[in-house]
Amino acid sequence: MTNGWSLIRIATILVYLFLFAPVAVVILLAFNANQFGSFPIEGFSLRWFDSLLHNDAIVRAFKTSLLLGILTSAISTTIGTMAAVAMVRYDFPGKKAISSLLIAPILIPEVVLAVALLLFLQFLALPKSFGLLLMGHVVFTLPFVLLVVQARLVSIRRDVEEAAMSLGATPIQTFFEITLPLMLPAVMAGMLFSFTISFDDITGTLFWKPGGVETVPTQIFAMLRNSISPEINALGAVMVIFTVAMPLVATAIARRVSAARIKASKAK
Amino acid sequence: MAAGVARAQKHAPWILLSPSLVTIGFLLIIPMMFIVVYSFWLRTATGADQVGFYLDNWQEVLSDRFYRDILLQTLKIAFFTTIICAVVGYIPAYFVANTKMRSKTFLLIMLMLPFWISYIIRTMSWINILGTSGAINGLLLWVGIIDSPLNMLYNQTTVILGLVHYLLPFMILNVYVSLEGIDKNLTEAAESLGCNGFQAFREVTLPLSFPGLAAGSLLCFVLASGTYITPLILGGPRDAMFANLVFEAIITQLNWPLGSALSLVLLVLLGALVVIYTRYLGVDQIAKSFR
Repeated sequence: MTNGWSLIRIATILVYLFLFAPVAVVILLAFNANQFGSFPIEGFSLRWFDSLLHNDAIVRAFKTSLLLGILTSAISTTIGTMAAVAMVRYDFPGKKAISSLLIAPILIPEVVLAVALLLFLQFLALPKSFGLLLMGHVVFTLPFVLLVVQARLVSIRRDVEEAAMSLGATPIQTFFEITLPLMLPAVMAGMLFSFTISFDDITGTLFWKPGGVETVPTQIFAMLRNSISPEINALGAVMVIFTVAMPLVATAIARRVSAARIKASKAK
Repeated sequence: MAAGVARAQKHAPWILLSPSLVTIGFLLIIPMMFIVVYSFWLRTATGADQVGFYLDNWQEVLSDRFYRDILLQTLKIAFFTTIICAVVGYIPAYFVANTKMRSKTFLLIMLMLPFWISYIIRTMSWINILGTSGAINGLLLWVGIIDSPLNMLYNQTTVILGLVHYLLPFMILNVYVSLEGIDKNLTEAAESLGCNGFQAFREVTLPLSFPGLAAGSLLCFVLASGTYITPLILGGPRDAMFANLVFEAIITQLNWPLGSALSLVLLVLLGALVVIYTRYLGVDQIAKSFR
């Protein structure tokens, strides 16, 4: 048995290696001084990051992705949280059907979703635009926000809310004074999740983006057409660091905020 | 006043739900019905869409060998990807669920990490590993085993490799969630009744983890069948998948009626799988991995 267990452990390490080694190589090569950005490693250099900063197309793509991600996450977190509250806190006819309906974008292949939305808006004679990209991103991030917030919301006890109401708070007061602060970690998780999904998306984005507009993933994709360049590795490294550091920083901030709040409430 | 509150309570869920329902209704449901209608229209030689009820697109999509071959190839790639993910993913899921090491939290965070790393970066990262100037060729040339770089990229195997790399975390997470939910007393009971470790696993743990395995497999299969980026980056010219045809028809040829019919084929096929799955196991299992 112990023998079997150590085999399982070795296999697990190998799977983790498989998952992370290629990404580690991207980051490693991004710092490589070699002029072709490939092996062998010839020394440490930041020249590829420097050339990223001076590449207008990439800087523009980064700004587009950032704006798109922030707007998507603001919209879909707001409406997704509202829906999650309805699903967890209320009973109403047709709840099951509505739940499946709201989760449907996860189960429909993204390509099909992309085609449907694109053709519908072109039928309405609306040209491809940033707005179309935003609408598309909201549709397919919405179910993820809903699921994440819903899952956390279940674990928040109702009696605190009921206590507030019995002390005379209106439902709206109760929501903003009690429920929302308790839900904040869940809402933040939803925001982060939808931002990352939007920031990383390429499948739908390639269908929806107007000509001349690129997001970071579509820019990388376009650059790959030519062949892999060290700039792509540098851009990849920036993206990995950006999307991985963000949840970690956000968790740290959330922890600090809630610690401060507990301290403040004790001081009272 | 009390009646007012009761009425507000009755309307509250609908007010909360309405923005989401409007979004999904206008941006998903209506567009979906719309592609059904569009698939019966006709793209004429002049490039205009002929409104009407034509079966030409459907006839072309359903009878042309070209489409059928690519559909079969897509299902084959998705199938192998799913099987490999299930076999390879089960082991780390089992390890993380059963380890008593303190590093469990760390291992779990590491499992979530790939979800945060961009799909296109993870896919293109294999070019650095397998490409002609990649890590493996670099190593082999340096050691002197080969004289010229090997061509390892741009074939069906690398497409499957890229997909496995992308989808494995989905599988591991789903299996982990169901393994974590198994009462440890059950395997101990089986062992005290005379099962050896492997028998206990086969008779107790494996069947009880089946819902997670099934949910992971469904996700892997559906996501693999709908991809067109991986074959474009890691595949050769002959490794197109079905979604590539859709992209080609819609974006390159601007043949929207044909593109509609093609995407409906994909939707119906994968939709049938999802329906069969939810009939037996329910959507809840997939939702579980978000907790």
